[in-house]
Order: sequence, then structure tokens, then C-alpha cells
Amino acid sequence: MFRWFHRLASLKNFYRLAEILIPWLGALCAILLAVGLYRGLFVAPADYEQGESYRIIYVHVPAAWMSMFVYVVMAFCSALFLIWKMKLADIVAEVSAPIGAAFTFLALATGSLWGKPMWGTWWEWDARLTSELILLFLYIGYMALRASLDNRSTAARAAAILALVGVVNIPIIHYSVEWWNTLHQPASITKLDTPSIHISMLIPLLLMALGFTIFYLVNMLARARSVILEREASTSWVQDRFKENRL
Amino acid sequence: MSEFLAMGGYAMYVWPAFGLTFVVMGTIVASTRLQRRRSIATVQRRQQINSASEPNSRTMDARQQ
Repeated sequence: MFRWFHRLASLKNFYRLAEILIPWLGALCAILLAVGLYRGLFVAPADYEQGESYRIIYVHVPAAWMSMFVYVVMAFCSALFLIWKMKLADIVAEVSAPIGAAFTFLALATGSLWGKPMWGTWWEWDARLTSELILLFLYIGYMALRASLDNRSTAARAAAILALVGVVNIPIIHYSVEWWNTLHQPASITKLDTPSIHISMLIPLLLMALGFTIFYLVNMLARARSVILEREASTSWVQDRFKENRL
Repeated sequence: MSEFLAMGGYAMYVWPAFGLTFVVMGTIVASTRLQRRRSIATVQRRQQINSASEPNSRTMDARQQ
């Protein structure tokens, strides 16, 4: 069992595994996003209250879910790195941060574009919006901290601690609409109850969410491969692959 | 078609939202590809250094971690 775990953490094996996965996941991602967008824009009916503007949901909610999911992945990897010194975990966390930050920015921006026509304002300092903004600052802080420390292992450890400290923000974001009086609407899906959204609207939303998730995975795997190439550039397995044009 | 583009009057909000999403995700992909090209160049540089140093240059064996 431990040998399996040890092999899993090997950079060389990860490089090979990711190489196999990326094309398939990439194709799956493209299909999911295409079908999700089609159903979301053409098939799903208009909302009786919000009309066609609600369709922003098909990018806003997946982006928001990803902003939180990626951070949780980062925090989990940070824990693996700090406890078991697993270098691969640190690499995954490092490459995930910019992607998560981009999703957080998208969640905020598309949320504003939805809020202006529906709430009459681009922004409100309510609990959900504010905590999501803080998440963006956490991502940026994580990346800045890593970049600012010259010693790579110190940078990795400091960033890992920041990621773990900041993960408390994730349940805050999620429960903010329950704990406080928020302008942002309460949960329709991520709750211990049947979803309060019509199935014709739910299906494209789930397709987009899954598509966004696979999108993150593909890019994370590809970026991790790049980092591994740089770190292992002098090793024989990389040099052999290079000579055989199999990088 | 024009009804679809008008998005019930909300076009000014809906299309920039989707457009921005497309641009941001496209940038992520482009950046991923750029990083790969850069790291391949690093490996190439290292290979040139290795072969230029000694005729029978030894490369460092990977430390299994």
C-alpha cells in the first residue's frame, strides 16, 4: 500500500500518467462545455422573474464553485506537503493557484454583471460577495508569498501554511447566505434538500460545472508537468525523453 | 436570431459575462501552453550544457522521492 502511494508521488510516474489523461480529459471538457452552453443558451427556458438575464448562472455558478473547489484542493495538497513532504502535492498547489484566482475573479465579475440588472447594483458588501472577494485576496497573497521568497522550500512551506489558514474562508463563503442576511440568494442546489431549481435549468448548470472542473484538471495536470520538467531537467529520465522527442 | 442576441433586453450584461469567461479561460489555456514551451526550452538548454561539458558527460540520476 505504501509502495503504491510512494509510486503515486513519484514525479516521473505522475508525468507519464498525466500525459495519458490530458487528451481524454481535454476532449471530455470540450464536449461538456459545448453541450452545457448549448442547453443553457438555447434549450433552457427563460426565468419567470429574471427573464433571460439568469443565463449568466451558467458561467457564474460554475466559476464560483471552482473558485472554492480549487482552494480546497490547494489546502489539501498543502497539508499533504507539510505532513508528508510530498513534493508533488506542493507542485499541484502551486500551479492550481492562478487558475483558482481566475475563477474567483470570474465569479465576482459575472456576479456583478448579474447583480446590476437584478439588484440594481454592481456591488454590495454582503457576506457572500465580501467573503468571495477575500478569497481572491487569499489567492493573490498565496501567489505573492511564493514569489517573494527566494528559497523554494521555504516559499513552499510558507505558502502551504497560508493556504491552510485561509481555508476557513470556504465554509464561510458557503454558509454566508444562511448565517447572515445577504443580498445574494440562498442555496438552491448545495443543500441537504432537493434542488429548488427546475431540472431543465439544472442540467446545463451541472454540465457546465463538470466541464469547468475538468478544465481545471487538464490545465493543472499540464502545468504540473511543466514544473516537473523544469525541476527534473537534469535527470536521465527527462533527458532520455527529450532525446527521443517524447517530452 | 436577433431575439437571442438581445437576451430579453439584458444583452449588455449577459454577453460580456460569457465573453469575459471565454477570454479568461482562453488565457488560462494559452498560458498553460506557454509554460510548457518554456519548460521544454529549459530541458533543451540543460541538454546542451550537459553535452557541451564533457565528451562522456554523466547526467544526474533521478532521485526517487
